[in-house]
Amino acid sequence: MTWIPEVASNLASKVDGLLILITLLSLVFFILITVVLVYFAIKYRRKREDEETPYITGNEPLEIIWTVIPSILLIILFVYGYVVFKDMRTPPEDALEVTVEGKQWLWTFDYYNGKKTINELYVQHNRPVRLVMEAPDVLHSFFVPAFRVKQDLVPGRYTQLWFTPTKIGTFDIFCAEYCGTGHSAMLGKVIVLSPEAYEIWEKGVKADEGAGVASLPPAELGEKIYKEKGCNACHSVDGSVLVGPSFKGIFGHAAVMQDGSSVNVDENYIKQSIIEPQAHVVKGFQPVMPSFKGILSDEEVTALVAYIKTLK
Amino acid sequence: MSSRIPIVPENTIPLPSLKANNGLLSWVASVDHKQIGIMYLIITLVYFLLGGLEALLIRVQLAHPGNDFLTPETYNQLFTMHGTTMIFFVVMPFLIGVGVYLLPLMIGARDMAFPRLNALSFWLFFFGGILLYYSFFTQSGAPDVGWFAYAPLSEKPFSLNKGPTYWALGLLASGIGSVASGLNNVVTILTMRTPGMTMRRIPLFVWMMLVTSLLLVFVIPIITAAFAMMLLDSLLGATFFTPAHGGSAILWQHFFWGFGHPEVYILILPAFGIISEVIPVFSRKPIYGYEFVAASTVAIGLLSLGVWAHHMFAVGLGNVANAYFSLASMLIAIPTGIKVLNWVATMWGGRINFATPMLFATAFIIEFVIGGLTGVAIASVPIDWVVTDSYFIVAHFHYAIFGGSVFAIFAGVYYWFPKFTGRMLSETLGKWHFWLTVIGFNMTFFIQHFLGVMGMPRRTYTYYDMPYWGSMNLISTIGAMILGLSVIVFVWNILASLRHGKPAGDNPWNAWTLEWATTSPAAVENFELVPPVRGRRPLWDLAYPDMPDEPGAKIV
Ligand code: HEC
Ligand code: HEM
Ligand SMILES: [Cu+2]
Ligand SMILES: [Cu+2]
Repeated sequence: MTWIPEVASNLASKVDGLLILITLLSLVFFILITVVLVYFAIKYRRKREDEETPYITGNEPLEIIWTVIPSILLIILFVYGYVVFKDMRTPPEDALEVTVEGKQWLWTFDYYNGKKTINELYVQHNRPVRLVMEAPDVLHSFFVPAFRVKQDLVPGRYTQLWFTPTKIGTFDIFCAEYCGTGHSAMLGKVIVLSPEAYEIWEKGVKADEGAGVASLPPAELGEKIYKEKGCNACHSVDGSVLVGPSFKGIFGHAAVMQDGSSVNVDENYIKQSIIEPQAHVVKGFQPVMPSFKGILSDEEVTALVAYIKTLK
Repeated sequence: MSSRIPIVPENTIPLPSLKANNGLLSWVASVDHKQIGIMYLIITLVYFLLGGLEALLIRVQLAHPGNDFLTPETYNQLFTMHGTTMIFFVVMPFLIGVGVYLLPLMIGARDMAFPRLNALSFWLFFFGGILLYYSFFTQSGAPDVGWFAYAPLSEKPFSLNKGPTYWALGLLASGIGSVASGLNNVVTILTMRTPGMTMRRIPLFVWMMLVTSLLLVFVIPIITAAFAMMLLDSLLGATFFTPAHGGSAILWQHFFWGFGHPEVYILILPAFGIISEVIPVFSRKPIYGYEFVAASTVAIGLLSLGVWAHHMFAVGLGNVANAYFSLASMLIAIPTGIKVLNWVATMWGGRINFATPMLFATAFIIEFVIGGLTGVAIASVPIDWVVTDSYFIVAHFHYAIFGGSVFAIFAGVYYWFPKFTGRMLSETLGKWHFWLTVIGFNMTFFIQHFLGVMGMPRRTYTYYDMPYWGSMNLISTIGAMILGLSVIVFVWNILASLRHGKPAGDNPWNAWTLEWATTSPAAVENFELVPPVRGRRPLWDLAYPDMPDEPGAKIV
């Protein structure tokens, strides 16, 4: 069973080396203590109530030995850990910079060339990346198990993280710091492209629009966007209430707003809800929906509207 | 000694009962350390059942991927209440309660130094818990921000409900009670010892309670101040912890863990004390290396004040800070290891009686060593970065707190129940309880180490169907059900033994500390005559007058 996730960054093997060393040392100590304990438990089991016991109160040289040996091992472990730690903290000069924003409950990535993606981080195989991260609302933590990296995002200050992806493929991003209702849905992917593919992506007009996407019918495109842009973290399509109202059956019906007024859910209302979510806040919900202004194109909003219409 | 409220006659029956001469009033009005101790134990048992129920609901929700047994809101309230309950309303008050009952007995005193303050501590704890749990009945529900309530999530505008306010108020109240307990214990231990009971002779449980109590006095005020600031933020619009208005989210973490790390030693040191009493008695040997066990406790107490930021490695503190906190955290393993080795050495050459208290104490050593070793691993920053806030951490602290403190608590309950009530707990049910606990506990939590390394974050209400995650979580949930069963056996044992248990006599285990010199349950003023103390094992010296522990201390 693969209980250590795959090794997909330059840092992963270093961390694994340390982890394996500590695990082995721990096993040695654990087995030693357990074996002695079990041996004593069997050998010195009381058989009759009147058995006599020796009067032993301690032994100083022994105490010193079992203080000094573990101390030395711990110092070695600390130094080894520190060396790996320095590496993990020092990004190379030529690392490509990506700005990461984590907010309740999605990730956005801003690239040097003005591209912006949601919940998908595109990086190039074997090219170091440095993430500069911020959170506008609460704490989050950017965690990619396959890269063995994790870094909190802290409101009010920037934090950073770097790695060099060493495997082409798609890897999970989790939010590791509890950030409220949608925490478990705050997921993403790192997509590691070969240099050629990366170049095509870099020049491409839209972040994640491959050639095929444009030819999708609008409702299907809408469904794809619903999943990829993180609407699904807060909106269900089966009627269950998450952070926001479900999309099921809303189209064409009246929605009751916080102030008691009622608004008919039509194309314009949906569009406004996406671009300017705070303009109308649905009764019973918090005003926490992020604005997708500048993130979704008109075309994509139209596709979403088409998708929501299909959810009867 | 202690002046009692005149209109309420003294109660002399060992446990609160509606049939007592003045009903519950004689308990409510009591300032007697034994009655207060018993009340702590009863209330913590109730909270243990509540916290356990919350844990079971959490585990059912996680039994398979994409489960919708609970809503995310309910789930978040449950894990917050579970953690808060188990730490602040089960383990901590249980250990304080056992201390309140036993400290005066162990040092040959008739009560605590400040009996009324003792009662105040208990009632603050009692009402603090009610304040916390009342939040369930409010419109906005229980707190849902985790047991460490990280800012700014716990503040406006991200928490508009009142849960976190109830949380802070409840803990604030019971925290003040804990400071008072700490002070009371320190003064009692330092000034009320019977003649002959020098600091080099007090039972190790008393030593550990002394260090714990000093920690209480020093670190609870940190979190009390932080609660006050949090309440100012949420009720009066201050901005201590809100970055959007110039406050600092990290400041809360420093306050919280400045208290929180010593707190975990507050949860484990008295447990070490229990183990240091049980193992020698059941091996029929004096503790190995008394001085080293006592001195290492003091070392742990001091070190524990300087390692808090190991909970913040992923926040992005500077390299120097991370390096220091990593080294300091590794060093704390040394005094802890010394203790473990001394307990094992105590068994060497003994004649070990594996009654239930000793079974739990032996299992404690093994489980706690696992929690300690994973602790060393995560003191190494690169490893911590990978596993922090994952299920690995959940496994680590359950091995430390459940495998450590709670196993020791079980050992202590089986050991002292005869003293508290005059009756023995059933050994048969005790063995059932023990084996179900060991199996259930390891099944629930061991596998979480692997889940964590595989990347499963903690505090997630649900998870996607990653390879093996579903089956590993299911195993963990089944383990939790077995644990639930073990708790039923435990409670049944207590209830049945209270009525039909074998009468205990004064000293059923042939132990040697002073609490066993009085009747069971302990008599009203504790002792008619405190036995002479001429060594660490006064009752042993009495029983074997011609081979006393300290030569030259022969009783004439
Ligand atoms: C962080 C959670 C969150 C995310 C992500 C999110 N929403 Fe929302 N959304 C809400 C909440 C909460 C409301 C209700 C309050 C309000 O009206 O602002 C809402 C309301 C809406 C409404 C109005 C629904 C009604 O019943 O009247 C629409 C339409 C909508 N969102 C569409 C979207 C789309 C499309 C996306 C993805 C591009 C999205 N939302 C992403 C939280 C979210
Ligand atoms: C007295 C014993 C126990 C103590 C002191 C204890 C303590 C804690 C603490 C402090 C947390 C962290 C809460 C948080 O993340 O906010 C926690 C989480 C958890 N506990 Fe326990 N616990 C105990 C027993 C149990 C039992 C018996 C079970 C299972 C049956 C259990 C299952 C869990 C689970 C699943 C979590 C993780 C919640 C999450 O992070 O999503 N605990 N516990
Ligand atoms: Cu999160
Ligand atoms: Cu700690």
